[in-house]
Amino acid sequence: MNYLELKGLSARIMRQNHPLLRSVSLALAPGEVRGLVGESGAGKSMIGKAVLGILPKAVELTGGEIWLDGQDLQRLSARDRRHRIGQSCALIPQDPLTALNPSRRIAPQITDRLVDILGWERARAVTRAEELLHEVRIEDPARVMRAYPHELSGGMRQRILIASAFAAEPKLIVADEPTTALDVTVQKQILKLIKDMQARHGTAILFVTHDLGVVSKVCNRLSVLYGGMVVEDNDIDSFFAGPRHPYSRALLAATPKYTDPGASLTPVPDSVIAGVRGEIEAFDQRQAHV
Amino acid sequence: MGRLLTTLITLLGVAVVVFVVIRVVPGNPIAMMLPPGATEADIARLNALYGFDKSIPQQFFIWLGGVVQGDFGTSITARQPVTGMVLGRLPATLELSVMALVMACVMGGAMALWGTRRRETKTEAAIDVANGMALSVPDFLWGLLLILGFGVLWPVFHISGRVTPSLELPFTTNFYLFESLIRLRFDLWADIVSHMFLPALALAIPLSAIIGQLLKQSLKETMHLDYVTLARTRGYGETHVILREALRNAILPTLTLVGVQFTFLIGGTVIIERLFSYEGLGNMAIEAVTNRDLPLIQGIVILFALIFTGVNLVVDLLYAVLNPRLRHG
Repeated sequence: MNYLELKGLSARIMRQNHPLLRSVSLALAPGEVRGLVGESGAGKSMIGKAVLGILPKAVELTGGEIWLDGQDLQRLSARDRRHRIGQSCALIPQDPLTALNPSRRIAPQITDRLVDILGWERARAVTRAEELLHEVRIEDPARVMRAYPHELSGGMRQRILIASAFAAEPKLIVADEPTTALDVTVQKQILKLIKDMQARHGTAILFVTHDLGVVSKVCNRLSVLYGGMVVEDNDIDSFFAGPRHPYSRALLAATPKYTDPGASLTPVPDSVIAGVRGEIEAFDQRQAHV
Repeated sequence: MGRLLTTLITLLGVAVVVFVVIRVVPGNPIAMMLPPGATEADIARLNALYGFDKSIPQQFFIWLGGVVQGDFGTSITARQPVTGMVLGRLPATLELSVMALVMACVMGGAMALWGTRRRETKTEAAIDVANGMALSVPDFLWGLLLILGFGVLWPVFHISGRVTPSLELPFTTNFYLFESLIRLRFDLWADIVSHMFLPALALAIPLSAIIGQLLKQSLKETMHLDYVTLARTRGYGETHVILREALRNAILPTLTLVGVQFTFLIGGTVIIERLFSYEGLGNMAIEAVTNRDLPLIQGIVILFALIFTGVNLVVDLLYAVLNPRLRHG
């Protein structure tokens, strides 16, 4: 059975008829890693936020269902939904420099959830946090636990955030462009780390990224988004063997090849954009008639 | 160390300015002491007695020599040492200011937290309106309104003095509020609070509005930050997120402002103490100015300057405690 299932999820900016998500459906089996790819504004981050219940106040869901572990999240009270997400899901944020509270030490930022939401003893939570820090290859976990975020490098902080995400053994992790804000040299390590941790813990991951190279390294499946609409849902091997949708094909062609660094960049052709825009218009018209 | 030096220079500057200004402005302290029909010789004798026959720089250095030994001279009207008079009144003003500050922080903090919890709703709009009103009426007008409301129309608080005069006071210090608590004399404590409540509230209302507005603003900005969002995904609700994640970071700009505003509040005690006949430094300052009691004015001003610099020092220390990034800088 799928651990996460989105059924026709639609969202828009409050009181404006500007859709952000257009009937997005996707499923995530336990332990599966699904990439969400698309340009800026394609709605890929919005999907992750909707799942975790952290949509900006100005965004409202206009339709569809979010099923988590056989439970329709929207049928739960706000409090129950929050607890359920806190117990079984986690977020690896984009920018490690802003995702840790600057005035709190590292330790409570990892253990809070274990103690408050999962009801662990504090000592057990601290031991667990140190184990996890060790697992993400932080040299001196006890020292790092006492440190403040500003005393640590960006790469270290992202490791801490990854440790923190896995600490409660979540079934689902939303990774929201977890390497975008990092140095290129650190990016590879962090990516490998997420992949290793995922393999060891068997966590399902919704991996939001604009980088198809990253997708090819960590994901089993992917959804390509344009204008808040899923234009292609495919498994990795068949996608890279030959994308089905013209937009995905153009997107793949536009990805720079590491094997050929001298090649000039190919943008997505206008004709392809026009085609996918046409699909969106057709979709909106169908919606308007319903 | 550098800090101490700046403080000393500041105090010296204040001393020079006050010393010169009150000697240059019209009004002769000696003339006010003399009975009608005093002779030129009497005037000269009194002038010599208080040192007013010397040049202003000479007077200044004589006075400064005393000050460094803790002697601020003798009050012209009361004929008592200024140091003792001023220190005797200081506790009353300190207690009033601190009480007002605590009230302002509690009221302002509550408004900010409540407004953040209910942000972008009618509740927040109502809080904004209330804050605007609190801010646009000055403290002495609040004093009058409070006297009218809770002293005259519905007399629940005392509106004059620091303590009911007929009460027997067993205190050894002038920190009545504090000492009554220590001695577990809750009857006296209640009486003192009842006297202090309205003047403190009058001082606190405008400050609470400033605190409330600024803290709410920074809280609302903090609520958008990534670590707050991350805490939400961990299963925490709004109230918890505000108190544990946002508040400590959002409070820093407010803290700086409170430091500055607290010194204004202490300045405000001058009028408020007069209004409520509260026997503190401010009331004494007004009498001293009216009587041209130069040594007393100097003593009070120096003491106020000391309090101001002390407050700024405390704010800087608190800031370092709350902001770990400054601690190991």
